[in-house]
Order: sequence, then C-alpha cells, then structure tokens
Amino acid sequence: MAAAVSIVDVVKNFGMLRALDGVSLEIAEGEFFGLLGPNGAGKTTLISTLAGLVRADSGSLSVLGHDVVRDYRKARSLLGVVPQELVFDPFFSVRETLRIQSGYFGLRHNDAWIDEILENLDLAGKANVNMRRLSGGMKRRVLVAQALVHKPPVIVLDEPTAGVDVELRQGLWQFVRRLNGEGHTIILTTHYLEEAEALCGRIALMKQGRVVALDTTANLMAAHPGGTLEDVFVRTMQQ
Amino acid sequence: MIGFWTLFYKEMLRFWKVAFQTVASPVLTALLYLLIFGHVLDGHVEVHGVSYTSFLIPGLVMMQMLQNAFANSSSSLIQAKVTGSIVFVLLPPIPYGAFFAAYVLASLVRGLMVGVGVLAATVWFAEISVVAPLWLMVFAILGGAILGALGMIAGLWAEKFDQLAGFQNFLIMPLTMLSGVFYSIHSLPAFWQRVSHYNPVFYMIDGFRYGFFGVSDVAPEISLAVVVACFAAVSILTLALLKRGWKLRA
Repeated sequence: MAAAVSIVDVVKNFGMLRALDGVSLEIAEGEFFGLLGPNGAGKTTLISTLAGLVRADSGSLSVLGHDVVRDYRKARSLLGVVPQELVFDPFFSVRETLRIQSGYFGLRHNDAWIDEILENLDLAGKANVNMRRLSGGMKRRVLVAQALVHKPPVIVLDEPTAGVDVELRQGLWQFVRRLNGEGHTIILTTHYLEEAEALCGRIALMKQGRVVALDTTANLMAAHPGGTLEDVFVRTMQQ
Repeated sequence: MIGFWTLFYKEMLRFWKVAFQTVASPVLTALLYLLIFGHVLDGHVEVHGVSYTSFLIPGLVMMQMLQNAFANSSSSLIQAKVTGSIVFVLLPPIPYGAFFAAYVLASLVRGLMVGVGVLAATVWFAEISVVAPLWLMVFAILGGAILGALGMIAGLWAEKFDQLAGFQNFLIMPLTMLSGVFYSIHSLPAFWQRVSHYNPVFYMIDGFRYGFFGVSDVAPEISLAVVVACFAAVSILTLALLKRGWKLRA
C-alpha cells in the first residue's frame, strides 16, 4: 500500500537560501502527523512543494503514490491544503466560495457536503455573507472549509488555528479528529505545541530546512521524562 | 471540464458583480468620445464615403471591446496574486490549458458585452449598416481573445498594480488609440502610415470596420491573416508561461 505522503530527499533553494535541505519523510495513511519547527524552518515550503505551489530543485514527492509533478492532477485531487495566510476572494459569499472551490475539483453538486462542513465549522449562519464582511476567525474557518470541499484523503493544515478563538479551535479539532477517525490522513503544522501533543501520533521537528527529529509523540516525550512537548522542542532546537 | 467551466463561471461572476464599473463605465466613456469628436468633426470629415460619426462608431466599439478584454484577465490575475487568493486556483487539478481557456473566454465575453453596449448606446447618432456580419464577428472574437490572452501575460508578469497600469497605459492604450479608431490611416503622412502597419490592433479595427461598411484601409483577408497569426503567437506564449508556472509557482 502506498504511503499517504512520501517525500524523498527534497532540496529547494531560493537564491542563496537553502529552504529545504534533503528532506525525507513518509507518512502512512490515516496518521495524524505533526510538522513542527520555528519560523523559517521550512515547514510551509515543504507543504507548498507537496501542493505544487513550489517546485523542488531535486528529490521527489508523492501523494498516495502519485508524483506531484508527473501526475499532478491526481496528486492535487487527493490533497486538501489550508494555507497559512488569511486569503480570500472578496467578490463572493461563503457559499459561492465553497461551490466554486468544489467545481475546481470537478464536483458539480456538492451542497449536501458543503452544508455539513458549514455546520461543523459553525459557519451555517454566514453562508450567504460576503467574505469581506467576515471576521478574521471566520475567514480562517472558510479556508478550512475550502480545503475540505472535495473530501481529500490527505489534509494539510498549515497553522489552522492562528488567530482563532478557543471555541472554534475546539470545534475544529473535534471535526478534524472525526475526519481522521474516518481514515483521512492529517498533516498539521502549528506553533501551539500543546495542540500537537494532544492530537498528533507522530511528529517531525524541522530546523533550517532539515528534519532533525522524527518519532512518535510518545517516544519524543519519553526522551525527556516529565517534560512537555514544548521542552522537547526547545531542547531539540538548541542542539 | 467542470474545472474549466467553474473557473469561467467564477471569472464571469467576478466582473458581473461590478458591472457598473466593468461594463457600464466603458460604454459611457465611448459615448463621450462619440459626442465630442462626432460633434466637432461630423459635417467636416467624411471617411470611406460615410459620415465621420458613422466611421467612428465601429472603431469605438472595437477599441472598448479590446481594452476591456485586456482589463478583465489582467486585473483578475493581478488582484488574485496580490491578495494571495490565486492559491485557490493553483491548488486544484486544473490543467493549464483549461486555465488559459477560462480566462480568455471570460475576457472575450466581457469585451463583447461592452461592445454590444457601446453599439447600443451610439447607434442612434448615425446611420450604421452591417454589410459583412461574418467578418465583423470573426474580428470581434479574435481581437477580444488576443487582448484577453495578452491580459493574462500582463497579469502574470506584473507583481504590483502600478506595473500593470504601466503595461496598460504605455502599451495597450497607445496601441488601441493609434490604430485607426479615430481616423483612416490614409489621412496620415506616409511615415506614420507605415508605422501603423506594424500595429496589430490596426488590423483588428480595420477588419472589424470592414464588417460594417464593406470598405477598409487594407484588404480584410490580409487583416485576418495578421490577426490569426497574432492570436496563435500570443496563445502559444501564454500557454508556455502557464505550463512553466511562470510567476505563479516558485
């Protein structure tokens, strides 16, 4: 069985800056995987490379066995990405945005699933509101909804709870846990380490474009008895 | 195909939601041109055997059509790039050919809507007949498609709104306004006549005008050959840039 995500020796340079320095990772289907690291570690570049937004200089990446360059259409259809930046199209309402996003993935009649997403993300009351009129937290929810419209088997959440209130966080994690329980693979980047500790079965720690630690959350924690994931993170980054 | 139709629908919806700015405004601008130039020159100037106002109307229709086709794709792309919402069309599995077709087709539709609007607003001021409707439609469609594709190149290239404004004001505006919209190139000195023949927009407007009056500065077959060649060249370039992900994918 193909891994949900396979990343082999990926290198990416931006001019003189080496953003990814030979990253290799394999994430199994159904995992709840954490990708952690300080700002500039290369997490978003790695996610962008997986999503086809950035092209690797060397190495290969695949989603459920489909190479993200050679077989990009299949790979992208299997992936849902919540971008880190709070971006939106100011011309459309929430429902229009989700219908359009469904269409991009080849889905014409998707209202039943859209309604379910809206309900789960507490957006049902805002369905017909223009994106410009939403608060930052609401816009973040719509970004999550957009990534889920095509029920992707692999979901990448790039800091999905930044600037989001506690209530939504809890609702979001409940929904994402449910999706994970139904077999969706989840890849999470976050600076809220307690969230990663509570949710992720396995974690990769990145620093300066490299994976510097990769293990189950339990094993990482066991290496620092009595400590939290934050302690593990800080010590690993200091090494 | 659903991805293509959705992107096309989104682009249509985008300009239709601000139709006052994207359709009504260029119609008003063209009407003002007609009122000013028509009032000043009608009765003094006759071109190709028709009154100046009659001569001017097809040129204004085509000019607005071309400028708005360009504005549609270019503004949509630059806005999406600057705000970051371009990721919504880059993440899905939309092939670059469908991406190209959706943007160009939506630009063409906006151009045609503006053209029909300008014609409807100006036709009351002079006698207008359509001698060769097929020629008229061919030049309208090809001209709109060329400028729609050119708008994509500008939108891909520009990283800021002022770069796009530069492209529009220093290239597209002069090309369209100095293309025989307001005059027959036979009224120009020999040097400027020769220069006009290097302007592809001249052939679009001259061929389009032939559809109305059955007369033109150059034979419509020659204009058609130039316009088809331009369409092929601009399309190939745009498709190549999209395939590479030029300024879209790092």
